[in-house]
Amino acid sequence: MPPLARFLKATELDTRLVGMIGALLLIWIAFHILTGGLFLTPRNLWNLSVQAAPVAIMATGMALVIITRNIDLSIGSTLGFLGMAMGVIQADLLPKLLGFEYPATWVLALGAGLALGVVIGALQGALIAYLGLPSFIVTLGGLLVWRGAAWWVTSGQTVAPLDARFRLMGGGTEGSIGAGWSWAVGVLACVALLLAQAHARHRRQKFRFPLRPMAAEIFLGGIACLAILGAVAVANAYPWPIGSVRRYAEANHITLPAGGLVIAHGIAVPVLMAIGIGMTFLANRTRFGRYVYAIGGNREAVELAGVDARWVVMKLFMLMGLLAGIGGAISIARLNAATNSEGTLTELLVIAAAVIGGSSLAGGVGTAAGAMLGAVLMQSLQSGMVLVGVDTPLQNIVVGIVLVLAVLIDTLYRRRTRRISWQ
Amino acid sequence: MAMSDATIPLVEMRDISLSFGGLRAVERASIDLHAGEVVALVGHNGAGKSTLIKILSGAYLRDSGSIRIRGAEADIANPRDAKHYGIETIYQTLALADNIDTAANLFLGRELRTKWGTLDDIAMESEAREVMGRLNPYFARFKDPVKALSGGQRQSVAIARAILFNAQILVMDEPTAALGPQETAQVGDLVRQLKAAGIGIFLISHDIHDVFDLADRICVMKNGRIVGTVRTNDVTTDEVLGMIIAGICPPAAIPGPGAVAAAGRP
Repeated sequence: MPPLARFLKATELDTRLVGMIGALLLIWIAFHILTGGLFLTPRNLWNLSVQAAPVAIMATGMALVIITRNIDLSIGSTLGFLGMAMGVIQADLLPKLLGFEYPATWVLALGAGLALGVVIGALQGALIAYLGLPSFIVTLGGLLVWRGAAWWVTSGQTVAPLDARFRLMGGGTEGSIGAGWSWAVGVLACVALLLAQAHARHRRQKFRFPLRPMAAEIFLGGIACLAILGAVAVANAYPWPIGSVRRYAEANHITLPAGGLVIAHGIAVPVLMAIGIGMTFLANRTRFGRYVYAIGGNREAVELAGVDARWVVMKLFMLMGLLAGIGGAISIARLNAATNSEGTLTELLVIAAAVIGGSSLAGGVGTAAGAMLGAVLMQSLQSGMVLVGVDTPLQNIVVGIVLVLAVLIDTLYRRRTRRISWQ
Repeated sequence: MAMSDATIPLVEMRDISLSFGGLRAVERASIDLHAGEVVALVGHNGAGKSTLIKILSGAYLRDSGSIRIRGAEADIANPRDAKHYGIETIYQTLALADNIDTAANLFLGRELRTKWGTLDDIAMESEAREVMGRLNPYFARFKDPVKALSGGQRQSVAIARAILFNAQILVMDEPTAALGPQETAQVGDLVRQLKAAGIGIFLISHDIHDVFDLADRICVMKNGRIVGTVRTNDVTTDEVLGMIIAGICPPAAIPGPGAVAAAGRP
C-alpha cells in the first residue's frame, strides 16, 4: 500500500464521504472558473449555505427514513401546510390575542408548528408502522392531503407579513449572528470536537484497544477545526449591504464614516439550525439510531432481539414531521410570507439529496452528514448554473443526470470494495 | 438422569398448538426440559420443530396450550418476554443485522449505555472481544459489518449473543449448520460446558451423531405432532430413524400424539 493510502486508512475516515467532499470542491472550482470568479466568494457561499439549509435539514431525516427501507413523499406538502399554519398563527391568531410583535409570538408559532409536524408524522407513522401500510402509499396520500390542507388554511390566500423575530430564522442581513458570536460558535465547536476526540482516544486506551496513530488524530482534528474556522471566516467576510448599514446607522444614531461601515454577517441562523440538529449524534450515539440502521439491515432480527421496531419507525416519522416544521419555518421566514405552494416538489429534492449523500434505497446504508453534503451539492449545482446563465429546463436536466450519476458511481464503488473484501 | 424426575422442570410446554391458516404447524405438543439437561428435537423439515421452539422464544404466539417456567405459568407473547424468563435463542437464520458490526449485533436490544444515555460502544466492544475470544479465538474483525464475515464467524456471533446474557434456557436451532468439523466440535464443548453450569438446552439438529453425542433425551416430531420422547441411552440410531421416518416408537420411548401404534403394543 502506498504511504498516502496507508495514512488515509489509518484515519479511519469514511472514504465515500471524503469522495463526496472532493466532488463538491471540484464542482465549486469548475463553477468558479466558468463564472469568471463569481462562485467562490464569501457572498455566494454564504447565500448557498442559507439556501441549502431547509433541504439539508430535512435530508438528514430522510436519510434515516431511507435507511429503514421507507420513504417520505409527503415532506414537501407537510412543509407547506406547517408553513401556512405557522403563518396564520403568528400573523392572525396571536396578534388578536396578544397584540402585534409580541416578544413570544415567534416561539409560540414555531412551537405550534413543530408540534403539529410531530402529530402529522405520528399519524402517518402509525399507519406505516402499526398497520403495516407501505410508506410509499401512505406518504403519497399525505403529499396530496397536506397540500390540499395548506390551501384550506386560508382558502389559498398568502399570509404576510410575518413577525419580525420569526423572520430572523430565514437568515438574511438581520438573521445572522455577527462576527463576534460567529467566532465564539466556531471556537466552541472546535473545542467540543477536540474534547470528544480526546475522550474517545482515552476510552480506547483504557480498554487497551488499538489506537489510531497520533499523526492521524492530529491530522483529523486539525482538518476539522480548520474547516469550522474557515467556514466562520467566510461567513464573516461577507459584509452587510450598504442599504442595511445605513438603516442600522440611522436606527442607532451613528454617523457613517467616510469609508463606510463594515458589518460582517457571520453565521446565518438557518445554517446554525442545520448544524444544531444533531442528527449525526442521534444516528450514531443513541439506541434509536442503532435500531434505525439495524432495521434496515434485518428487521426480523431486530424484532427477534426484543426491540419494538414499530415504535422506532413511528418515532422516525414523527422526527420527519418535526424536521418538516423546521424546514417550513425557515422557508416562510426567508420569504416573509406563507404561501400554500411553499415546498412543492421539495420532497424530491430532499430524497435526491439523501441519495446523492449515499443513502441506499435498499436500506441499511446512509448517513445524515452525507445527506447534508448532498443538499449542499445540489444547491451548488443550481446556484452555479444560475450564475453561469443556464436556462431552467437545462438546470433540471443537469441535476437529474447528477443524481443518477452519483448513484451509478456509488454502486460501482460498492461493487468494487465488495469484491476486494471477498479476496 | 434420575435427578430430573424428582425436580420441577425448568420448562414445561403442554398441549401447544399453532396453525398458520389451514396448516397445523404444531398440534398438541408437550415437551419438558430440566436444568442441566440437553433435549434434542429431531424430525424432517416441516415437522414443526422450529415452530415449537419459536413459540418458546416468543417469535410466534401459540393458539392454545400452556408454558410453565420452573413450575409457574409463563406469559410469553414476544421475544422480549422470553428473554425476561432467561430464554435465549440461536435462530437457524442467525437473525443478525448484516449492516452493523459484531458488538452492535451482540447487544442489539440490550445496548450498554454511558451515564448520559448514549451508546457505550467501547464497553460493548470490550465485552464482545471477551466473549468472542472464548468462542473463536482467531476472530479479529470487530469493526466490520457482520455481512463481511464468513458463515462460521457469523454463527459464532449468533452463539455469542445467546450466551452473553446468562441464559437459563438456551434454544439452539441448527447451531452447527454453517460450521466446519473443528468449529462443530467447539460448539459441542460449549454445549457440555453450559450443561454443566446448569443451563437447560433445546437442541434442534439434523446431525444424528451430534444428537447422540450431546443430548440426554431425544424428542421426535412428525407432521406437527410429537412421535415420542426417549432417553438417548435407551435407544439406537436406527430406532430414532424409525421414529423420524415411520413414526414408530421403540419400547423405551414415551409415545406422543404422533406415534403410529406398532404391532404388539396396546
